Amino acid sequence: MCGATAGGLSLDGIDVAKEAIIQGVVTKSGEPASPAYVRLLDRTGEFTAEVPTSATGQFRFFAGPGEWTVRVLAPQSDAVDRTVTAQTGVVAELEVEI
Amino acid sequence: MSRENSLVTAQWVEEHLDDPKIVLVEVDEDTSAYDKGHIKGAIKLDWTTDLQDQVRRDFVNKQQFEELLSSRGVANDDTVVLYGGNNNWFAAYAYWYFTLYGHSDVKLLDGGRKKWELDSRELVDEVPQRDATSYTAQEQDASIRAFRDETVEAIGTKNLVDVRSPDEYAGRLLAPAHLPQEQAQRAGHIPTAANVPWSKAANDDGTFRSDEELKEIYTEAGVDWDKDTIAYCRIGERSSHTWFVLKELLGQQNVKNYDGSWTEYGSLVGVPVTLGDEAGDA
Repeated sequence: MCGATAGGLSLDGIDVAKEAIIQGVVTKSGEPASPAYVRLLDRTGEFTAEVPTSATGQFRFFAGPGEWTVRVLAPQSDAVDRTVTAQTGVVAELEVEI
Repeated sequence: MSRENSLVTAQWVEEHLDDPKIVLVEVDEDTSAYDKGHIKGAIKLDWTTDLQDQVRRDFVNKQQFEELLSSRGVANDDTVVLYGGNNNWFAAYAYWYFTLYGHSDVKLLDGGRKKWELDSRELVDEVPQRDATSYTAQEQDASIRAFRDETVEAIGTKNLVDVRSPDEYAGRLLAPAHLPQEQAQRAGHIPTAANVPWSKAANDDGTFRSDEELKEIYTEAGVDWDKDTIAYCRIGERSSHTWFVLKELLGQQNVKNYDGSWTEYGSLVGVPVTLGDEAGDA
């Protein structure tokens, strides 16, 4: 709900062919997880960005090509990490259950 | 300054929610975040409309800042407690901004809105009504704000601290990865700048690390504590977070925030730029 736009920016007006997008949905017991925070860590584990999930549990990043880690933080849950590969012009989709 | 004077915990805020001389102020990158729920009694400042001149790229002037705080019901002797999303990036920016205009008692909520939410503390929809005040600001404190010429002259002489992510520093990304990457300016960093991402100073929940840990992080990255320091990022908000760490938590003298940051520097004609992970030569 907070800080950066919930769920990540809309793709309206964005040239998707030039972006390496990582997006997905976070669920808890099958329901959308919100509030939850999704951080994007680079290949060395360093923070690169963070967004809160939308009311529907969704998130989106505009990364660069390469290997990334997505880390999900939520109240009363342990952090969950997922690795993902991003490519320019491709939308990488993730489903994370916490 | 010190941690005791400049930082408060979520617990402290919860215990002071009904104190009329403490004004909670939410500042977010997503300026609609407040409208979807906020800490009880908190007012909102919109960093794009309230804190920026609407024509030139600059801050509102002293008189406009006075009018803003007067109309929102903030008095000179109020304790202003700032918080926000994105690990307090824009709240730290507002903290630096209030300090720039000489507000005497300003604090940051450790961990900001994220910590508050992860603690499952209450958010409300009710917007408080505060009586108008007659706020008087000071002239901008030039000792904490760096402009471009001073930043160019600092290459190889002062500490330059680039607080963006390693990929932005190296030129592999042009913006934090929650934003699209198509940008006008060149990629890279200011030669000789050390890369100490703002996030090194924070725990996952957004709270600041201990003074000992912080001192070690900047020392290891090559910050010379005997030199003056200029921090920068992309638009000056993450570097406000690092300015807060160096100046307010660690008490370093002569730390400036370069709010023009990479969106200005990376668009300048003729200045040196370094690409890649190395700091580069002067």
